[in-house]
Amino acid sequence: MCRIGALKSRHYLHPSKALLLMQSQQKGHDNSGFAMVMQDLGGRFADYKQLPTLSLACTDEGLEITQGLLRTAGFRRVEEWKPAVNPVPGLDIQALPNYVFQTYDYPESCRHATDREKEDLLTDTRLALRAALEQGEEGFVYSFWPDVITLKEIGDPRAIGTYFNLWQEDEVFTARIITAQCRQNTNYEIVRYAAHPFFLQGYTALANGENTFYQKNKEFQSSLHRGYIGFESDSQCFLYTLHYLHRELGWPLSTYKHVITPLPFEDTVKRPDQDQLLAMRQSLAHLEINGPNTIIGVLPDNTLFTCCDAKKLRPVVVGRDTDTVAISSEVCGINEVLPHRDWETDIYPNEREIVVINDTLEVQRWNQ
Amino acid sequence: MEPVKINDLACNDLPWKINYDAERCTLCGSCIAACTFDAIGPRMERRRMIYSDSEIPEPKTRFYARPVIDQQNVLKNYCRGCGVCERVCPNSAIRASRNPDSRFQVVYQCATGSAPKRGGRNNLEVQSRTLDTLRVGRISQMTDPSLDAQRHTFDCLAPLGRILPAKSLPLQISADGKLVQSSATPPVRWIYPVIIGDMSIGALSWRMWEAIAMAVAYLNEECGLPVRMCSGEGGMPVRLLKSRHLKYMILQIASGHFGWNRIIQAMPHMVEDPAGILIKIGQGAKPGDGGLLMAAKVAEHIQAIRGVPKTDLLSPPNHQGLYSIEESVQKMFLSFNAAFKFRVPVAIKVAASATSVSVFNNLVRDPYNIVGGFFLDGIDGGTGAAHDISLDHTGHPSVSKLRDCYLAAVAQGRQGQIPLWAAGGLGKTGNLAADAFKMICLGANGVFSGKLMLQMAGCLGNDLGRCNACNTGLCPAGITTQEPVLAKRLDPERVAENIVNYFLGMDTDLRKLMAPIGNSALPVGRSDCLVSTDKAVADRLQVQHVC
Repeated sequence: MCRIGALKSRHYLHPSKALLLMQSQQKGHDNSGFAMVMQDLGGRFADYKQLPTLSLACTDEGLEITQGLLRTAGFRRVEEWKPAVNPVPGLDIQALPNYVFQTYDYPESCRHATDREKEDLLTDTRLALRAALEQGEEGFVYSFWPDVITLKEIGDPRAIGTYFNLWQEDEVFTARIITAQCRQNTNYEIVRYAAHPFFLQGYTALANGENTFYQKNKEFQSSLHRGYIGFESDSQCFLYTLHYLHRELGWPLSTYKHVITPLPFEDTVKRPDQDQLLAMRQSLAHLEINGPNTIIGVLPDNTLFTCCDAKKLRPVVVGRDTDTVAISSEVCGINEVLPHRDWETDIYPNEREIVVINDTLEVQRWNQ
Repeated sequence: MEPVKINDLACNDLPWKINYDAERCTLCGSCIAACTFDAIGPRMERRRMIYSDSEIPEPKTRFYARPVIDQQNVLKNYCRGCGVCERVCPNSAIRASRNPDSRFQVVYQCATGSAPKRGGRNNLEVQSRTLDTLRVGRISQMTDPSLDAQRHTFDCLAPLGRILPAKSLPLQISADGKLVQSSATPPVRWIYPVIIGDMSIGALSWRMWEAIAMAVAYLNEECGLPVRMCSGEGGMPVRLLKSRHLKYMILQIASGHFGWNRIIQAMPHMVEDPAGILIKIGQGAKPGDGGLLMAAKVAEHIQAIRGVPKTDLLSPPNHQGLYSIEESVQKMFLSFNAAFKFRVPVAIKVAASATSVSVFNNLVRDPYNIVGGFFLDGIDGGTGAAHDISLDHTGHPSVSKLRDCYLAAVAQGRQGQIPLWAAGGLGKTGNLAADAFKMICLGANGVFSGKLMLQMAGCLGNDLGRCNACNTGLCPAGITTQEPVLAKRLDPERVAENIVNYFLGMDTDLRKLMAPIGNSALPVGRSDCLVSTDKAVADRLQVQHVC
């Protein structure tokens, strides 16, 4: 079983907090990897919130391919950070030669482009990079989006932390939202793309569970959006559904729960909004999920949320103090990062609610 | 002794032979009274007896007459093998046995200049079934646990009605951030995933039809299972049309339009909308053939409901004036949608065919969103009357075609927009839940079944040529007859009880299949949970081959 975690704070947090959050849960995961998405960046990326940052792990050849493609597309590099690695002998990590986080300015041609056009350009560029790197297995491009950094690696999370010096807190590499997971794919082939959290156009999702409607989800999503690719993990479907509902259809977050875990028919018909609920269920029947799941998601406006499957078959707990909210599969993780919080205010979400943390750190519980 | 000509019909030409044991028979006459086909009758046999009445043997011969039960060697009254004689005989003195050397097909055609007609199913290929090579083989264990069929809740409903893609839904966000609907969408009914298939009140005795209707009402109102029943072509009693129970009924229209005059006249008086309208284009049991109700079954009440004289009632093979799929979409569907003011889903039923996907594609791409269901009927479906040759030698199995239609929808990103309902021999082995579940995994939203209901009612026929006399109006079980004396053999309440009990058992069975794959909603299109031991089947259906 996976363990997942998320931190959202008024202050910038260093990834060491995410490692701390996950480390105490290590008996639940198998220490086979570490992946995190950082959003609302601080440190050296704080001044570039409007510009896209590329998160890349690749070979030297892959780096050249990437730079060439971006240059051709007209992107101009304004910032670059390569983490100083610490290759201590004996570390359990399958490291790639290059880990690159580069911020770019948009091409000149985008001067009068709308936000949507720019976003489409970023997605298309990332997909082109991914395709180019896949050809010779030269690397992995995880995200190319403003104010977002993604790191995914195979190995022991502690070793990965050591390798990237993530255990040493600093002011350079920080974010207000960090989502993390410490396990490589267990159901399918181990590939870096298969590690949660997944990111697409400002949306992040990670999950603890199984999606037994994976095939249905995948077949349906494949035709919905060009960015819905890969499907290396059944949990990617959760991200794509979130993205489709919220961004493509423009529906509110509250509909997410109704689509992935619809109310039983006998409950639906008692609701005043039964027509809308049935319409959603009918039209998006292939986005329903089944199987045990806890999902953590982040929206482009930095809203953080969590919800569970309809039978609450996976654990999750939300803990908080005045400055930080932590979501974690197990409470022991929260005890590590927020040891002095009032644990009586911890929330154990039920199967029919979404717990939503907005950008002012207000915690709301929405009943489905 | 009369001379026997070799060309005369003999009992050993017929498909069934009567085995009679005169020693056990008490001549009570039960068998003769029960045989609806007059296939047996009393006859006097001349017997010879050798005896001796002296102290030393002095053989003498004596002749005497003895009454016996005998098989008629008359083509019109040939034995159908229904076995009613055996069932009613108190002494086990009589039974029908299959004649492997039957010359029936030849002698019938030579004698009558016409081909045999019958009811029932395809009798030609009755061995292994595709569905029986499939198993639910993807079992949830450990990380995604199985559910508990007894304890957990399951949502076992299926849609009937046109479903719009999400981007076409008229939903807007209100000021308080909620989704509101700004205009109407096509009607969709969420119903039980097993529809009782279209058998008309003409093909069935009124008591049988009433028994199904009672069972459906009971399942809905007492058991909470929203099972729907399709009327079949031929209308229904006006009293039912005007009752609140109409909501459980799907009205069928086929090319004969039988019964629709009364339906239309009843429309102003309807207190409920019907569950749906099913336009029958084709039927799996006899594709390319029209409906057929023999004059023998067109009794007075059938004449009244259908508004016809006593004659053979033939629905044409196609809808008159219908020369293309487009026309059917634009005219028939619009007419019926409009007739019920767009409140009732209108679906189509076609026979599985090599062309089914083309038909489905035309409908799924229609821009008017008015086709609310694609009912695909396969070769193993049953019928009340058809030419033997149609039943045995035309048709297409529904399993692969259903899968093809679903995958065609997937390829276009249109899965679910027109709900797929499949039929054709489902439940043939007695387990409808297993067949339904597998079809659902292959892409069906639900299934429909007719013949199985007859078996629940006591139908004596089978797919090895037994009985299959639904066309004659002489059904020995009172199921497919309009003869009052025969229809009274059927106890409608008992039949309704049987159907209700079967559905309750089937509902439990469906959960017993959903639970191990960890699904609380119907796994439509989840072919990943099926495996096949047959490589060819696995490849054709795109499921995992296992051995």
